Amino acid sequence: MTIEVALFYVFALVAVLGALGLLLNFRNLVAGAICLVATMVSLGAIYVLLGAYFLAAVQIMVYAGAIVVVFLFVIMLLNIRTDVFTPSQQLLFKIFGILIAGFVLFQFLTAIAGGLPAFPTTPDGFGGYRDIAGALFARGDAREGTQVVGDFILPFEIASLLLLAAIVGSVVLAKRRLE
Amino acid sequence: MIPVEHVLGLSAILFLIGTVGALTRRNIIVLLMCIELMLNAASLAFVGFNRLWPVKEAGATVSALNGQVFVLMVIVVATAEVAVGLGIVISLFRNRDSMNVEDVSLLKW
Amino acid sequence: MLTGVIVKIAFVFAMIMGLFAPLMTWVERKQSAVMQDRIGANRADIAGITLLGLLHPLTDVIKLITKEDVVPLGANRLLHLISPLLAVVPALISFAVIPFGGTYQLGEGTYNLVVADCDWGVLYLFAIGSIAAYGTILSGWASNNNWSLLGSLRGSAQMISYEVCMGLSLVGVMMVFGTLKLSEMSHAQDTTFRLLGFLELFGWVSVLPWWVDWIRVPNWGIFLQPLGCIMFLTAIMAENKRPPFDQPEGESEIIAGYFTEYSGMRFGLFYTAEFVEVVVIAGIMTAIFLGGWSIPYLSTQTIIDGVSSVIGTSIATILCIVLHVLTFWIKVCFMIWVQMGLRWLLPRFRYDQLMDLCWKNMLPLSLANIVVTALILLWIDGMAR
Repeated sequence: MTIEVALFYVFALVAVLGALGLLLNFRNLVAGAICLVATMVSLGAIYVLLGAYFLAAVQIMVYAGAIVVVFLFVIMLLNIRTDVFTPSQQLLFKIFGILIAGFVLFQFLTAIAGGLPAFPTTPDGFGGYRDIAGALFARGDAREGTQVVGDFILPFEIASLLLLAAIVGSVVLAKRRLE
Repeated sequence: MIPVEHVLGLSAILFLIGTVGALTRRNIIVLLMCIELMLNAASLAFVGFNRLWPVKEAGATVSALNGQVFVLMVIVVATAEVAVGLGIVISLFRNRDSMNVEDVSLLKW
Repeated sequence: MLTGVIVKIAFVFAMIMGLFAPLMTWVERKQSAVMQDRIGANRADIAGITLLGLLHPLTDVIKLITKEDVVPLGANRLLHLISPLLAVVPALISFAVIPFGGTYQLGEGTYNLVVADCDWGVLYLFAIGSIAAYGTILSGWASNNNWSLLGSLRGSAQMISYEVCMGLSLVGVMMVFGTLKLSEMSHAQDTTFRLLGFLELFGWVSVLPWWVDWIRVPNWGIFLQPLGCIMFLTAIMAENKRPPFDQPEGESEIIAGYFTEYSGMRFGLFYTAEFVEVVVIAGIMTAIFLGGWSIPYLSTQTIIDGVSSVIGTSIATILCIVLHVLTFWIKVCFMIWVQMGLRWLLPRFRYDQLMDLCWKNMLPLSLANIVVTALILLWIDGMAR
């Protein structure tokens, strides 16, 4: 076992423990959020081990650095000291949750048991978007960094519009009515 | 070389925990965090697949980054979702003074 | 390989924790004293010898270590314990990607004077910088004190806001140098460019007098991206929460902000984190905007070519290494001096002014900077083709 694989298992353990901490921590919201940070950061480390350096940086920057910080900010802004721990009344939801969990597990196990194919079988470049993008915009060159703006220019632009909509939406939602 | 099956297994475990959390916890903020966890698990699977299939077809020289670009899009969507979701949480807390999703049942029939 | 990395880590750690962090407390007191026309720290002495007040850092450490360690009633003990660590560790590890010297051929081996030469160095800095917010946020929450909570609320909002501007103001530099690797950025700044060279692109080269070729400027980020440089310095100083951006601490409003309830060495860790971050900021500014380890108008090749005939190539390379490392730390000292000067020159921002500066002024300006830089780069590219 190389050091790389050993580190993967260590970070995987931290990620699972952090997720369990978020799930099972009923008393303290802030501690739950910190558990989530542990998961996010160890996922970032796993991305480094998998060779996805850019994603690792973005993962830590966006998830650990922005999203969970905003969660904590809201928790503090609303000053929620203790969690409202009301056990779920609906048995239906619990059964549903266990069913979905079983379904995902089943899917995973069948996918692993069949062995993974040597090459992707799905359509390339977000399905047919690539052709649309190719028709709309000039293709970028084949360097790795430009692939985002080459093959994926259409999803990329749509993502920017989505972000703009989210900015406007959150401002409208959270602002106090000024009469 | 990290076995991709184990990466997928970790992804499945995290997704399960996120699903169970989203379906059983009652606190809106915890709910949102569990949804983030599920998105992260999916991203991890994408990165694993990207590692498994570094090129698109046999003999190709250009490395494929489809999985990583997918993750980038997932992160964008997650960011947008959190921004809007927390806006809703704040206005909800102002109006209802509660974090419990079961108190928000006006549109339920 | 591994021993080289360990030696480099030891060197950087010794420079920061052994030399800069203790001296900073002295520099801060002494500079404030000079700027306010006082004598300043000069009382701590051993048998009457005060050494210009240089013994004060020592007494500080003794005081901080021997003080009682108070954990307030109702505080979350674990979070209260780990938040000073969360403040100090990101500050320390972000120096890993900052090059304090270039890449040198010495005998058989190649020596690269940076601890971790990441391709994504700038992104690493951003990622680590965003982690640093947790120390602020958690300390306020864990203290069970309303003033601390207010401080950490202010701190988290300020840090998230200025992170955006910090990232966007660096995009221009990334485009100009075409890399995210800090060592490559520093290496690209080891040359000069003709100040009026762009006139060639108009085809005016024949009407220019010959001496125009001699008006050369070092190829530094500050000359290529002046606006980006100023905005980055502002944003990263706001990230560090020192005056004039010390809203989260705001002594006159909220006692001491997020670390009100900390005492002894835990408080000392927050202070250390602040000072280490000053050094890190100076390092980042030096590596990206002030030419890194390069000596202006005297590139590495010039030095080696000039003196190797006299003393031999290997000794010339060693001379180069020494000169470059010295240059780097001198530039770092200059940037520290700038930050200390700004600290005492400017009054604290009001909170709405702080947010206005970020969202209404710096964000549009940095976006405009990106667009203008991209247009100019495209134009030069098209002209040169």
